[in-house]
Amino acid sequence: MLELLVNGEKVSVDVDPSTPLLWVLRDHLDMTGTKYGCGIAQCGACTIHLDGVATRCCVLPVSAAQGKAITTIEGLSADGDHPVQQAWIELDTPQCGYCQPGMIMAAAALLNETPQPTDDDINQRITNLCRCGTFVRVRAGIHRAAELASEVKA
Amino acid sequence: MNPNQPEQTVDVSRRRFLVGSIAGVTGLTVGLSLPLGASQEPGVDAFEDEINAWVIVNEDDSVIVRVARSEMGQGTLTGLVQMVAEELACDWDKVTWEFPTPGQSLARDRPWGSFSTGGSRGIRDSHQYVREGGAIARELLLAAAAQTWSVAIKDCVAKDSVITHLPTGNSTTFGAVATLAATLKAPSDVTLKDPADWTVIGQSVPRLDTAEKVTGALRYGADLTLPGMLHAAIHACPVHGGKRRGVDASAAKSMPGVRHVLSVADDAVAVVADSWWQAKQALAKVNIEWDTGTNGQVNSRTIAAMLREGLEATDAFVGNSRGQTLETLADAKELVTAEYSYPFQNHAPMEPMNATVVWTDQSCEAWVPTQNGEAALEALADAAGLFRDKCEVHKLMLGGGFGRRANHDFLIQATQIAKQLPGVPVKLLWSREEDQLRGVYHPITQSRMTAKLNDDGLPEAMHIRISGQSILHALRAPLGEPQIDQAVFQALAPEGEHAFVYGIDHFLADHAMRNTHLRPWFLRGVNINQNVFYLESFLDELAAKAVTDPLEYRRKLLTQAPKALAVLERAAANAGWGRPLAPGSGLGLALCKAFGSYVAACAEVSVIDGELHMKKIWAATDPGYAVNPQQIEAQVSGSFMYGLSAALYSELTVENGRVEQENFNSYPSMKIAQMPDVETDVMPSGGFWGGVGEPTIAVAAPAVLNAVYAATGVRIRHLPVKNQPLA
Repeated sequence: MLELLVNGEKVSVDVDPSTPLLWVLRDHLDMTGTKYGCGIAQCGACTIHLDGVATRCCVLPVSAAQGKAITTIEGLSADGDHPVQQAWIELDTPQCGYCQPGMIMAAAALLNETPQPTDDDINQRITNLCRCGTFVRVRAGIHRAAELASEVKA
Repeated sequence: MNPNQPEQTVDVSRRRFLVGSIAGVTGLTVGLSLPLGASQEPGVDAFEDEINAWVIVNEDDSVIVRVARSEMGQGTLTGLVQMVAEELACDWDKVTWEFPTPGQSLARDRPWGSFSTGGSRGIRDSHQYVREGGAIARELLLAAAAQTWSVAIKDCVAKDSVITHLPTGNSTTFGAVATLAATLKAPSDVTLKDPADWTVIGQSVPRLDTAEKVTGALRYGADLTLPGMLHAAIHACPVHGGKRRGVDASAAKSMPGVRHVLSVADDAVAVVADSWWQAKQALAKVNIEWDTGTNGQVNSRTIAAMLREGLEATDAFVGNSRGQTLETLADAKELVTAEYSYPFQNHAPMEPMNATVVWTDQSCEAWVPTQNGEAALEALADAAGLFRDKCEVHKLMLGGGFGRRANHDFLIQATQIAKQLPGVPVKLLWSREEDQLRGVYHPITQSRMTAKLNDDGLPEAMHIRISGQSILHALRAPLGEPQIDQAVFQALAPEGEHAFVYGIDHFLADHAMRNTHLRPWFLRGVNINQNVFYLESFLDELAAKAVTDPLEYRRKLLTQAPKALAVLERAAANAGWGRPLAPGSGLGLALCKAFGSYVAACAEVSVIDGELHMKKIWAATDPGYAVNPQQIEAQVSGSFMYGLSAALYSELTVENGRVEQENFNSYPSMKIAQMPDVETDVMPSGGFWGGVGEPTIAVAAPAVLNAVYAATGVRIRHLPVKNQPLA
């Protein structure tokens, strides 16, 4: 049995330690907000936070996540009201929405480290794929989330 | 656990006819909470409570609107609900939605019309009967209120879910009279609102499906879990048309979690396991020997040579001909000619293909993200070997479609697997590699453009020869139909939704059909994607030859096409056409009529040290009526991403009969850093209904590449751009 800390809760899973964290979340813990898109860490649909750092978990062996705080889209906020989620709703950012949990997790991690990101920061740090092409609203949404977060602090 | 004995089977014989509830249909009620929509628990007798097929009104005044078309990100769901709500005169804030099932449609003689979701048709093909559905429901509610009060219907009005009797001022709510309304006979005809009176249609209301997409709560097909469900991974012959010759599964069968290694049809092998990761790992250990036949000798060079021959062949089918094009060209002292090409593309939606199926010899059910529920039901029934009324399809939200999910090859496979495991729900999920290798692709084509210019430098005659694949032929060949494909001429057609907009006296578009073994299919935009790239690039070449401004050049050819000219002028004006630009920067235009709408784009780019930077694109769209402008903006913006990913980065090449690009590392898609800013001018002129999901894709590549030419003098004629220098 492996012990994991997922969204603040300790869970035990009986799984081969080489299994990617993505599949432990999805098939063993039934937390399907974290998506499978490519399996080779190219698309970012599987982005979670590992000790607060945006991480593509489709290539991360679950054993490597032991002892670290795993945050998934389900645990990003209590009521779906993280500033990024609020901004996404305000701007109606998602289209099909499949990539958006990963996109939101990447954006939230960026804002954690860089509360007022520039367009260049966004270009460097947000490398997730979205085949619907929501990028214009993703960019606007990150700037809006930065505003919302600073309003909360102020 | 005995690997040959599923620990749980599911009784699918106790069919209950429910709406929108996965949980109820088969009795698979344990622990399921599948957010198929805002309405989760519609109740057993939903059809008895409905006002009509389109509308359910609950006692608390909440309204459920049924939507037959699929939602794959394009926003049709919200647009269609707006159209019902407009006529219903309900409070928008009380509206939710649900998907009726194809089985219900079959049983009720198709009250919701077509389920097909493609060709940018969701709204433009159904606006009439969808609005009538809402209007009839409103009349029934009014009739119920009038009957309750014993007054005349004509004295009652509905607004925001409240019915008022004008002479007395008495009022009631939709919810209060809904039960009675559900028992009344529907009026045979209704009058729809004048567009000038619309209050919901035309408004940029927020999408109805956003909240659950930002929390991870929405379950797509890939996320589905049913009690006792097993997971399947599959590998089909990577050379289309090839067959399975031999299989050695000895290593795979003993791997953890593996339940079954199954042959599927004559060209695939599936591993069924307790988890998908286990299935995928084991599948990699199955040794499969393929018989690839002669298809295994095909490669991109042989395909290009075959298409090249078609550029000069005499066996072309004429799609549009006016005047005496070939004769006029033959008489010319000088011809302008250019050859272009457009590669295979894959849809590559973010959610790989998947379907979950449970089969018994009595019935069969599927949970599937599909662009066409009715076609899915037909494919399911065929593969299941059962009559359609013994089968049911539950549509899930699509993690992207782009046309791919209008083809049900993956559902057929899932059914073939489930049929070997009676009573066990099996979820088949394709890997990204399978999605790339077993795609149905955007057809490959080349074109030769030939023109004669008159004394004013305008094209007196133009011939567009297209050589390449035909989607319709691939569909119809089994039926023995002739090698003619009128759809090849989208945006070049004599008339209709894909009419050629330019006034050229002698114009000929023809097609030399050259098919390959790679299966062609409808990909978002379909044939406009290459046709408009060819045409709009070549028009810019002609303008350059005539030493005329590209906007002025097009104006002279659009004197009989005011709506097309209007979007072009708007895009150019918004971009500040003619303004001074820094060296290495340029503006480029493109225009088309497609899927019934008029769209134009003006792109600003700079090319620095051979590297392309797309600064901004100004788009203009006239869809006739604009149901939800902010969603049209989203479609336009997304269309640039899709069209430019294809134009700049992605192509499928073929070696030894198989596609070489197996994942996003070799089939790149645009990222946010490359995405230009987009400013969209939605300018509905009224009087017609055009689609918005696709037309803008076609103007993306030519607008940007015409801007590249303006910036550098380099003309790109072969896509993708990444394969050639820009300086």
